[in-house]
Amino acid sequence: MRSSAMRDMMAITARPEVISLAGGLPDTSSFPAEAFSAETDEIARESLAEALQYGPTEGIAAIREQIVKVMAAEGMAVDATDVTVTTGGQQAIDLVTKTLIDPGDILICDAPTYPGAIPTFCSYEADVRQIECDADGMRMDVLEATLDSLAAKGQKPKFIYSIPTFQNPGGVTLSLERRRQLVRLASERKILILEDNPYGLLRYEGESLPTLYSLDGGNFVLYLGTFSKILSAGLRIGWLVSPRPIQEKLVLGKGASDLCTSTLTQMFAAQYFARNHWHDYVEDLIGIYRSRRNAMIGAMSEYFPHGATWNKPEGGLFIWATLPDVLNSEDLLAKAIGKGVAFVPGTAAYVDGRGASSMRLNFSGVKEDLIIEGIRRIGAVAGEQLRLYETMTSTDEMRLPPQQDIEAASDDFGDGQAR
Amino acid sequence: MKVALLQGGRSLERGVSLRSGARVSEALLSLGHEVESLDLGPDLVSVLEQMQPDVAFIALHGIEGEDGTVQALLELLGIPHTGPRVAACQRSMDKSLSKYILREHGLPTPDWVTYSEAAIRDFGAASSFQKAVATVGLPLVAKPASQGSSLGVKVVTRVEDIPDALITALSYDSRALLETWVSGRELAVSVLGDRALPVVEAIPTDNNAYDFEARYEIGGASFECPAALEDAQTEEVSRVALAAYVALGCSGFARVDLILGEDGPMILEINAIPGLTETSLLPQAAEAGGISFEEMVEQILDLAC
Repeated sequence: MRSSAMRDMMAITARPEVISLAGGLPDTSSFPAEAFSAETDEIARESLAEALQYGPTEGIAAIREQIVKVMAAEGMAVDATDVTVTTGGQQAIDLVTKTLIDPGDILICDAPTYPGAIPTFCSYEADVRQIECDADGMRMDVLEATLDSLAAKGQKPKFIYSIPTFQNPGGVTLSLERRRQLVRLASERKILILEDNPYGLLRYEGESLPTLYSLDGGNFVLYLGTFSKILSAGLRIGWLVSPRPIQEKLVLGKGASDLCTSTLTQMFAAQYFARNHWHDYVEDLIGIYRSRRNAMIGAMSEYFPHGATWNKPEGGLFIWATLPDVLNSEDLLAKAIGKGVAFVPGTAAYVDGRGASSMRLNFSGVKEDLIIEGIRRIGAVAGEQLRLYETMTSTDEMRLPPQQDIEAASDDFGDGQAR
Repeated sequence: MKVALLQGGRSLERGVSLRSGARVSEALLSLGHEVESLDLGPDLVSVLEQMQPDVAFIALHGIEGEDGTVQALLELLGIPHTGPRVAACQRSMDKSLSKYILREHGLPTPDWVTYSEAAIRDFGAASSFQKAVATVGLPLVAKPASQGSSLGVKVVTRVEDIPDALITALSYDSRALLETWVSGRELAVSVLGDRALPVVEAIPTDNNAYDFEARYEIGGASFECPAALEDAQTEEVSRVALAAYVALGCSGFARVDLILGEDGPMILEINAIPGLTETSLLPQAAEAGGISFEEMVEQILDLAC
């Protein structure tokens, strides 16, 4: 979010009475307390001194071995020594940007992109170029044209940052064909890709697709994983898999920044994953999130105004909705906060002010009844604003109250659910 | 003294308030006071009754904290509080009402018209936009009647852009002003007690004359304090600001925002509880006037009633 006044406004979403569809919070209430106790008891009994001590910068061996297993579950074969443990995925984005970007260097990412990555890219003064996404993810024709035009000027991006699966914020998934194209482009033009995959295991329907890392074999793709969405965001454990020369630099950078990720939380996660119960927990989460996603989509169909469009993601945590373009989602947020509900305005996902009529809605962190109530309130304020606008301009473009039928949308983003 | 420090709240300026509160808390502690920080919530009254503070320091901005809501409760509970009393809060929070009062006192403020959401929605007020433009001219500034920051403010150069600007302004309040755009130097005069502090000038760092955001963005504007004004200008601007402070019945402290144009100073608004953060203008002005943040906080506390 560019405006500091806007950032201040988001402070209110932390108030308990606000239904926040703004965060990217996983549901942590379903984590079994007995499993937590069992792990911490065992650490207390058997390895407390080590748990309370500093650890290696690249991460303790036990967790790196478990990371290899988690990646294998998504079809990737890696060596534990290639894994660098980070303090959450966010540190991984920071370290890669710090390592690869000098001020003014070009960096390519999705449009829209993960709002939390933008401040990181900007703080290292990257020249961020965003490539438009449609229902199949980043458009490879646009990417190729961008790379061509850069090459014509003797320029090349330092890396391409993308969340190919259940993208944040768009919820879209890069198609298999485009995955192959992207990996081919990277290899032909010798450009690194940072594949951010926090949600890959959270698929609610449809067939899994191979990761960019598995298609590329780790030559040009740096892989970013995290336990935040499959175990706990509070543990702050993410990881990077990267070619050795880059890894050496990343580890140096990490050492300079925090010496090591918490040994205690690494040991906790390592033990927990070693027991192999995690698949069951992820299955539980999938059931919870699928139901919440459905509740949100159902509520949007009922309460969002005519002309609004959104996608139905097959996994992940987010739905991206676009309202009629006379509405500005930052203004709408102010009004929505007054009604006790918050979302992320679309502008937060762009570096150039685009996304003004769009919003990111999170469905993982709030229970169904609150999701429905939150969406109802957003729909109500959007409807009020549209009616007011209509009164002032007396156009019949916006027909209100909304019709009940679901129309096929011409919107090119998402799978075109619309009212 | 036992101080209840009220901060946070539910307004869109919650973030600023938390930063103001944190800084005030530090100052109060270093001055040797006993401080308990309170956020607004369902238990506010019971907590205050239990705590029985000697005084409440209000570091809240925006609705509920700056509009008299909290002040009315404190006055009912018999707890002295910093800043203005209820009526002054309401007069300064409502930009339209403030301007009527300023005019009544013969103080300069740009022409304006006020639209309520109800008038537009239910009474066909949109048919009067041409008339509004005839009254205030173009360009004009559309702004919510009661917001303290740049949120919801848009400059309109064509009559057909009024609906869009009003939709924005009315997202932040149920009433909005269309006000004459006045070009000139942007000044802020902070008042502490009965004294005008050195004038602060906001100098936009780019050349976009209509960029309101610039004032509030780090790097968007640079602030000069004391502003490079001639003595007579400083005197006139300070006189007008103090007169506005008195006209609205403010007490303790306030910040008066003005534009110094060709026809002299024009008052845009009065902030009854201005920001007290590291980057806020009142503390900067106080410092330029030789008053440290701690001294300023102590003075504000002494003026509580």
